[in-house]
Amino acid sequence: MDWIQGVIDYVPANAALLRELTGNHLVQSILPIVFGVIIAVPLAQIARLNRSAGAVMLTASSLLYTIPSLAMFVFLPLVLGTSILSMVNVVVALTIYAVALLMRSTVDALNSIDDGVRQAAVAMGYTPLRRFLTVDLPLAVPVLIAGIRVISVTNISMVSVGALIGVPSLGRLFTDGLTRNYPEQIAVGIIATLLLALVLDLLLVLLERVLTPWTRATSSRTARAAALDARTVAA
Amino acid sequence: MDYSSSNLFVQMGEWLSDPTNWSGARGIPMRVLEHLGYVGLTMLIACAIAVPLGMYVGHTGRGRVLIVSGIGILRALPTLGMVFLFALLFYRGVLPSVWALVLLAVPPVLSGVYAGISSVNRTVVDAARSMGLTEAQILFRVEVPNGLHVMIGGVRAGILQVVATATVVAYAKADGLGVFLVEGTQINDNGRLFGGAVVIAVLAIAVDGLMALIQKFAISPGLRATPPPAGSSEESGRQEAVASAQGGTT
Repeated sequence: MDWIQGVIDYVPANAALLRELTGNHLVQSILPIVFGVIIAVPLAQIARLNRSAGAVMLTASSLLYTIPSLAMFVFLPLVLGTSILSMVNVVVALTIYAVALLMRSTVDALNSIDDGVRQAAVAMGYTPLRRFLTVDLPLAVPVLIAGIRVISVTNISMVSVGALIGVPSLGRLFTDGLTRNYPEQIAVGIIATLLLALVLDLLLVLLERVLTPWTRATSSRTARAAALDARTVAA
Repeated sequence: MDYSSSNLFVQMGEWLSDPTNWSGARGIPMRVLEHLGYVGLTMLIACAIAVPLGMYVGHTGRGRVLIVSGIGILRALPTLGMVFLFALLFYRGVLPSVWALVLLAVPPVLSGVYAGISSVNRTVVDAARSMGLTEAQILFRVEVPNGLHVMIGGVRAGILQVVATATVVAYAKADGLGVFLVEGTQINDNGRLFGGAVVIAVLAIAVDGLMALIQKFAISPGLRATPPPAGSSEESGRQEAVASAQGGTT
């Protein structure tokens, strides 16, 4: 199998390039997740408190979600005034998708919290903000992380599309490999992308365990089942 | 093409309204048809694989862990890389690109079908079984009609992703709507670049709207008459299944 040898030989010979592209790729995959959570959680709370505003926001976000990423990458420089080669375009586009996906599931997660828990917090004298941050939000973490895991996997695959318009990422290995007729290079890119997705997913599972210490004794799978049970009880 | 202004929006408008761009083998309608051809062929193959598999796993519960992890790995595959790799390894034709797109379409369809079948209330299934329905009858007369909304949700998510991603095929083999982006970049024709991007976005929104309509009518009349109370556990479970089935676009 010559091509496997070719793939193995490629890595040490291009270590510096691979490191740089992987770094760029990670920045463009992780920043949208962080921004997405920061934007989606308050929006979800607003959508819950004001149903008509919520309906408008959910419709708008699902419409934006429908716009293909390549079209989005081409358009955003026009709207933002950035260079077409800028990583900002990719980060903004993926943030929009992340917000669209997270908002809906966060609304559901917040809605499913047992009202008794909320009332207990109110009775203990929690202000609305403190209750939201220390009671509602932690209880929504399992659902939030489930959404983030879907986003992280799709982001890592989507970031490479930016290479088509010249934004540096592991996708560069695909475009370069195609023009140079070099399938081994493309294979290295695919394997590197898969590894990134796997590592990030494992980190997210770990993060969920750290953020939900009350489920520490059990596995994350049973934690999600428990979250579903809690939701059934609430309903 | 010559534009009357250097403003990009004006150039985009002029490119979109130029009648020569709306006719011939290189015009917008032909490219839309090529694009939809890729989507149709891809979805046909993807559904032929994923629908029976999802029904089997959803009905029997066997192989659940296997397909969940398989779906995870397929989701992480960068479709751009797969399209280019297949183009180099096989040939720069239609079929290698379609197979790369099938790898993209299978996860949402599979998880939608699986979630649809397994989200059906187990007491309903047990009732059907105790009435003497065979397993095949339970699947096609009880589970499929009840789970159809979620199943079509999975197909809808798959179509959305394929419509968006079929654009990259143009970089390996010059057809489909991505061609306008490739040409626009190569010859530095911004009207073509942005106009092409508009056509892609409009097509994606139109196809998704059509699928939303189909999905709406796919609710069995018996279920439509008595909607489950809002916020019931069954409903929220269903929404969660839909959300997980629809994750991700490209």
